[in-house]
Amino acid sequence: MTQFLQQLANGLVLGATYGLIALGYTMVYGIIQLINFAHGEIFMVGAFGGLTVFTALPAALGRNVWIALPLVLAGAMATSVVTGVLMERLAYRPLRNAPRLAPLITAIGVSVVLQETIRLFYPGAKAPKPFPRLLPDGAVTLGGVRIAWVSLFVIVVAIALMIALAVFVQTSRTGRAMRATSQDPDTAALMGIDTNRIIVITFVIGAALAGVAGVLQGMRFVSIDFFMGFLAGLKAFTAAVLGGIGNITGAVLGGFVLGLVETFATQYVPNGSAYKDVFAFVVLILVLVFRPTGLLGEQVGTRA
Amino acid sequence: MRSRSLRLAAPLVVGAVVLTACGSNKSESSGSSGGSTSGGNKTATIGLSAPLSGSLSSLGLGMKNSADLAVKQANAKQTVKGWTLKFDAEDDQGQANVGQQVASKLASQKDVVGVVGPLNSSVGQQEQPVLAQANITQISPANTNPSLTQGPDYSTGTKKRPFANYFRTATTDAVQGPFAAQYVVQTLGKKKVALVNDKKTYGAGLVGEFKKELTKEGGSVVADEAINPGDKDFSAVISKIKTAGPELLYYGGEYPEASLLSSQMKQANLNIPLMGGDGIYDPTYISVAKEAAEGDLATSVGAPAESLDTAKQFVADYKAGNYSEPFAAYGPYTYDAANVIISALAQVLPGKNAIDDSVRQAVVKAVQGTSIDGATGKVSFDQYGDTSNKTLTVYKVTSGAWKAEKTGSFQG
Repeated sequence: MTQFLQQLANGLVLGATYGLIALGYTMVYGIIQLINFAHGEIFMVGAFGGLTVFTALPAALGRNVWIALPLVLAGAMATSVVTGVLMERLAYRPLRNAPRLAPLITAIGVSVVLQETIRLFYPGAKAPKPFPRLLPDGAVTLGGVRIAWVSLFVIVVAIALMIALAVFVQTSRTGRAMRATSQDPDTAALMGIDTNRIIVITFVIGAALAGVAGVLQGMRFVSIDFFMGFLAGLKAFTAAVLGGIGNITGAVLGGFVLGLVETFATQYVPNGSAYKDVFAFVVLILVLVFRPTGLLGEQVGTRA
Repeated sequence: MRSRSLRLAAPLVVGAVVLTACGSNKSESSGSSGGSTSGGNKTATIGLSAPLSGSLSSLGLGMKNSADLAVKQANAKQTVKGWTLKFDAEDDQGQANVGQQVASKLASQKDVVGVVGPLNSSVGQQEQPVLAQANITQISPANTNPSLTQGPDYSTGTKKRPFANYFRTATTDAVQGPFAAQYVVQTLGKKKVALVNDKKTYGAGLVGEFKKELTKEGGSVVADEAINPGDKDFSAVISKIKTAGPELLYYGGEYPEASLLSSQMKQANLNIPLMGGDGIYDPTYISVAKEAAEGDLATSVGAPAESLDTAKQFVADYKAGNYSEPFAAYGPYTYDAANVIISALAQVLPGKNAIDDSVRQAVVKAVQGTSIDGATGKVSFDQYGDTSNKTLTVYKVTSGAWKAEKTGSFQG
């Protein structure tokens, strides 16, 4: 039983990171029906932004969690947001009315550009860069289940951000405008909503969340590299589709389901550690066969 | 509309995987070195295939610099009379399919007479047939999977050399795995071992060889797991292994995953040493895992470079060369591999006007018969193309650095 709970905790931590990145995918898709494959790179760029801030801090400040951690998170979010906004402005907005395939291919191009930019121009980024341990090393033990402080932090931050986002989208004026734009951009514009502004805000929120996820991943694995966004982005995309792309709660649910399937496959299936990704994708296929719109995705009529 | 763009996305994801894997062959040729002083007007090129970017680049860049040093010295000394040597370093990114492209590119160049590398056994596997077709000598300083020289059935005793043009200056995992297993049982006195491998040619092969000897020595395998290269979260597999109560974890793979595995093991309170092969023997392992790496072990090919008299000259020359990266685990082996090719060229090339198939074949033959005093000791090859130097060293992370514990060879 303890083992089950331990693996449950491991799966939740993994799923929280997937969910946090998946939110950016699903929000952008919900509003402009673009699968932003460069979103994984926003996550990676955020981690490097956080590292840059930490490197620039005087050593004395760097040791103080209460100062260093917020600054690193802010730096990561700022880097991700700037990258996300530039990406939307330069790469996606000119293609807003182009056929669907064009922005999709552009997204892949943007992803390669961002990876190569970091690889070539960030000092020492050709090899993995060590990431600072901002939190103390210890762990909490609850009834035999051991969770490292940093993992606990990941889960708390991720869930807090997810709830904050849900409240924002459901209750605020901007949130309502986002939902309206997502349902029908033309009518929303007629109602006086500046849809371009709303789209930028969507990119900003998605990028900020990805930036936080980048720092969380860096803190947990104490190293970051220019390629980290690829696999993370792929998994987060899977989580978003699993939960029902376009649906915010679905992205979170998809993230947790994916994390738990991978973890439990490792524990309970013979030779499962080698095939954990296979099980994750089998679950994805099964869900899509029986619920083509994902776990929480609703059937939306074809748009005019 | 929604479902249509989603349908488009699925093949694109697959496409993205393939595309990224292909990458581009970043060529970082250092060009001809000292061409004006050598006096030769004919040029021959020595190629190199190694990961110059990506997570394994700290090993690959050390290889590139060491081969570059050998070529520069040969040109300065005019080792190959009447010829200038060029050096062409290609980035294989540590990926098998990129390696194949690199090999094709090198094979298509007329003046390429030899290739040093690659680092990864999985890459070597793909490069062998391409270079063999062109009769280009290949010497890997780092491939340790036994099947590359002894054929796929080596473990059943039917050894058959697949490619006459392929040699290596590193010893094989058929020696390295058992050497590590003996050390674990006899020296450390640990018998319950958990195995983890990364499913690649090198990692899975090394763990297989380790396992065979471990059971022979009376040790037992309490867990046998695999992970994906590129994975970062190993908490599930660690939690599973922990319940089996191992005294040591043996990992087959390379340092990017190994360093994360080690730090997450200690985070999960699984305080046992991680031991690996030459793939984790790199300073980056320690700089990433930090204190968690303390007490971890690695075997690596050869004796420590700093301890051999023959290596001291290499270390001094490398320092004088002002390279920005350290020579890392395979520097001396790469230097020797390049020098073996150069000494074969010195026998074959003088008197020849151009490089053609017969010249390339003559170089392969000359390498087979070569014996030089290199940075790693005497370098010569047996009938399979394996190095006759089967020395290995166990290193232990002690106060933040790899420290040699025991140098020897496997006595079966």
